[in-house]
Amino acid sequence: MSKQKYETVIGLEIHTQLKTKSKLFAATDTTYGASPNSQVSFLEAAIPGQLPVFNEKVLRYAIRFGLAVGAKVIAKESRFDRKNYFYPDSPKGYQITQLHHPIVEHGSLTIEDANGNSKLIRINRAHIEEDAGKSIHTKYADYSGIDLNRCGTPLIEIVSEPDMSNAKEAVAYMKEIHSIVTHLGICDGNLQEGSFRCDANVSIRPVGQKELGTRTELKNINSFRFVEKAINLEVKRQIKRVEAGNKVVQETRLYDAEKHETRSMRSKEEANDYRYFPDPDLLPVVIDQAYIDNEKKYIPEFPAKKILRYLNEFDLTEDDAKAIAHDKNLSLFFDETVKLLKKATAKTCANRLLADVSSLAKSHNATVSDKIISAEQFSELLEAQATGIISHKIAKVILEQLWDSQLSVKEIIEKEGLAQVSDSGELEAIIEVLIKTNQNQFQEYKEGNMKMFNFFVGQVMKQTKGRANPAEVKLILEKL
Amino acid sequence: MLINRKEVEQIAVLAKLAVSESEIEAVTHSLGSVVEMINHISEVNTDAIKPMANPMDVVQRLRADKVTETSNKPQLLAMAPNADEDYYLVPTVVE
Amino acid sequence: MKFTGIKQIAQALRSKVISVQELYDESVQRLNTYEELNCIINTTPELAAAQIKKAQTQIDTNQGSLLTGVPIVHKDLFCVKNTKTTCGSKILENFVAPYDATIVENLNGAGMVTIAKANMDEFAMGSSNENSFFGVVKNPWDLTRVPGGSSGGSAASVAAGISPIATGSDTGGSIRQPAALCGVTGIKPSYGRASRYGMVAFASSLDQAGVFARAAEDCAYVLSEMCGFDGRDSTSAHVAKEDFSQNLNKSIKGMKIGIIPEWMDSLDDKLKNQTITAINKLKDLGAQLIEIELPKAHLAVSAYYVLAPAECSSNLSRFDGVRYGYQCDNPKDLNDLYVRTRTEGFGEEVKRRIMIGTWALSAGFYDAYYRKAQKIRRLIADDFQSAFTQVDIIAAPVTPEAAFEFNAKKDPVSMYQEDIFTIPSSLAGLPCLSMPIGLVDNLPVGLQLIGNNLAESTILNAAHQYQQDTSFHKLVAEGYDE
Repeated sequence: MSKQKYETVIGLEIHTQLKTKSKLFAATDTTYGASPNSQVSFLEAAIPGQLPVFNEKVLRYAIRFGLAVGAKVIAKESRFDRKNYFYPDSPKGYQITQLHHPIVEHGSLTIEDANGNSKLIRINRAHIEEDAGKSIHTKYADYSGIDLNRCGTPLIEIVSEPDMSNAKEAVAYMKEIHSIVTHLGICDGNLQEGSFRCDANVSIRPVGQKELGTRTELKNINSFRFVEKAINLEVKRQIKRVEAGNKVVQETRLYDAEKHETRSMRSKEEANDYRYFPDPDLLPVVIDQAYIDNEKKYIPEFPAKKILRYLNEFDLTEDDAKAIAHDKNLSLFFDETVKLLKKATAKTCANRLLADVSSLAKSHNATVSDKIISAEQFSELLEAQATGIISHKIAKVILEQLWDSQLSVKEIIEKEGLAQVSDSGELEAIIEVLIKTNQNQFQEYKEGNMKMFNFFVGQVMKQTKGRANPAEVKLILEKL
Repeated sequence: MLINRKEVEQIAVLAKLAVSESEIEAVTHSLGSVVEMINHISEVNTDAIKPMANPMDVVQRLRADKVTETSNKPQLLAMAPNADEDYYLVPTVVE
Repeated sequence: MKFTGIKQIAQALRSKVISVQELYDESVQRLNTYEELNCIINTTPELAAAQIKKAQTQIDTNQGSLLTGVPIVHKDLFCVKNTKTTCGSKILENFVAPYDATIVENLNGAGMVTIAKANMDEFAMGSSNENSFFGVVKNPWDLTRVPGGSSGGSAASVAAGISPIATGSDTGGSIRQPAALCGVTGIKPSYGRASRYGMVAFASSLDQAGVFARAAEDCAYVLSEMCGFDGRDSTSAHVAKEDFSQNLNKSIKGMKIGIIPEWMDSLDDKLKNQTITAINKLKDLGAQLIEIELPKAHLAVSAYYVLAPAECSSNLSRFDGVRYGYQCDNPKDLNDLYVRTRTEGFGEEVKRRIMIGTWALSAGFYDAYYRKAQKIRRLIADDFQSAFTQVDIIAAPVTPEAAFEFNAKKDPVSMYQEDIFTIPSSLAGLPCLSMPIGLVDNLPVGLQLIGNNLAESTILNAAHQYQQDTSFHKLVAEGYDE
């Protein structure tokens, strides 16, 4: 089988749009979705005489990314270079990027490989650059329309080493980067809107061969699913070519999700001498260690670390720990709730969060992060159950009422009379009546028929609409 | 020759300029003479010298992340040789 | 009021000897009279009308500045809002700038009245003004000769008494060389002094705006208003606004002036004698002459013709016919649109420099050329720094010769040698000026004064003291004294 004859080598370049208010080099709005060419200042339109001034937020966000991936280098002096090429979505005729002195170099992260082992993926660099505009091809017969709104939006391009050996690893890596940049809050992570885009460099080589094979670059992949599909498709194509005695040509290929094919982008091949040189309109960006250290306080706890904490500190199941840790908002809610707990355990909290709260949210077409329930309310609910005020069943009922409500758990319990009946006097009175109306059954119980024990518990529950404390009922019955 | 006809043709492609058949010899010659002049810089050893990108021996200033620029779409599109009310128009871009 | 200094103009305006409108009319009249010079690409009557009104009101109410009401011509690479800004190029023939350059904004703020946009070598590339799409500018001193370039229209406007003041830009000598050839004073401040925002870029790391006037004194007044930190230009010098006229009247007794014997020796006898005479005048005024060396300066032109074209090749990529400016007829595809627009829209010299720059930056050449040239640039800057440990300013020739005839320099390299004395200080980013020092064969020649970084007021001081004691800056070409 061909799978054993060849191994795949994959490296990813991920373009991450940074969540800044203004553009990289001009104080122009970056909000997505505005009408075409309505967020274009003179700089983005490359009007003569316009000059770039660097947005500090971009620098700080890039540093945070570097810190998050443990980068060995966060450059004290980084610089901007021009990458020269003509294309209508790049009005200046060059893109400002960082070729020679990127802000971040040599980081890494771990993913899980197919066997469940953790695998280190090295990040070669992350550099700051500006995004291009968009070409619209469908609206006109003989023209392309150019929209420059996206022009100059800040990006960091995160370039991995070719450390991934199959499409699944590539997806895992991409998801991990996605999780990091969204946890950092530097990118909104919206793949549909193109805030997070991936190019994949793919090559194959015979197993055992050291040199890398000729790679192709797959462009324009905008979902996790498509990354996997596109890579698998490209690997198949390359193997087919090689098996047929042909060579893989180094080229840029476009993944077409509709036709499920990759095809050569000849337009990008025409002129690929980018004539990089330092941008003379910009000066070296110089920072000191204190500046870098100052960004450390913005680095949150990342999923991998969080999972360990959940396992060790809270004894969560691995599935629960992962499910919560990977969702930034869910984990924030969880951590916040746990802090408020006294008697209830974090484990129960996780359990209820993933089961009850999630399903409730789903039934309302919402997510937990919509914050319709506060951590205060949720912790109060968990506590009420842990201290025996309510049962799990009642807890679910209250949860539903908390949705869209400003009331506290206590208020709902009181208002609806939902508190568990643990008062032995009240329960004894109920049981007394039950015995009188069910003499036969009581007799059988006294003779040792345990089924009748359950019968009486059930009857008490029925009469109290589930509010009776089962333990208390048991105690009373046993004493009889 | 310090620069040949083929190189001139390649440069023209990169620079998006056309050099006609009737001009190419003269252009090649004139670029060659400039390159000859330029080549004097190789006379000095500069191994230990730090390149000077800019006479300003200072660092990049940083701008606060604020939106202060306004965008004037009709004005910009009106400047274009070919545009409609929403887009700049160019001959179809093939991808 | 032709050939009158700013102080006298201001006084005449304030004492109601002349109105702002009359002053403007006089300029426009001379502009028409000397139309043959072709100094101007476009006039700006609507802008002027508003500025005249405002300036007159300010004068009438005793407000405004020394410059209020004083006419000015802007080199046509400065964006002036709602006026055509062509850069002397077909590709921008109909480009109407949608905003003001910072220096224009500053001078407007000081109340100056814009008469017109001055002719220039296309995109400021040239030393003769023969590269303008709008035709050559003629030298008022001899209509068969060039005014120098690239700010030839600005220099000729001041020399012909059309405007007392003109702005210019200087990348490798484009203010100093035409100032010398037209017999006026022109100053390029330190790199970073004048904002580049709104000045159409040629070579970003070298371009600097500056001023032409008859006298150094007037240059000082205008430069003071023009300069200042600008947050919109990342390369703007973060220094306090300075009054460059503050030292004008100081004696230059004891000022140490560096002379470069090697440069002097390369001049022909007549120019050399004239230059020595001027330098001796400075000595008579109390300056001390000290011989200095700039050992690497002979490499300046070579390094410059790597750096400037490289930057230009990238800076001029935006002229692609898509968003503004010229577009070729009936492009058959995108590449055709780009190639024909640019091939038809740019002139020969601009295309040559784009090609040189493209070549120097292309794969395999970057280290040997661009990077190497940047290193040479540092060596030259270091030469100046070591010279300035011994001297306060440097006095040097501006050009190797006086104004030459049209079509005299057909090959580019001989034209490039025209800037042999002006390019070194440009590479170092230093302030420098050219002032008239008399005539050689009835043509004006200049002396270049180079200051240390940010020492504009020192070179202006020396020039003003020289001009207090000489009258070469007052010489007017025959036929222009009407």
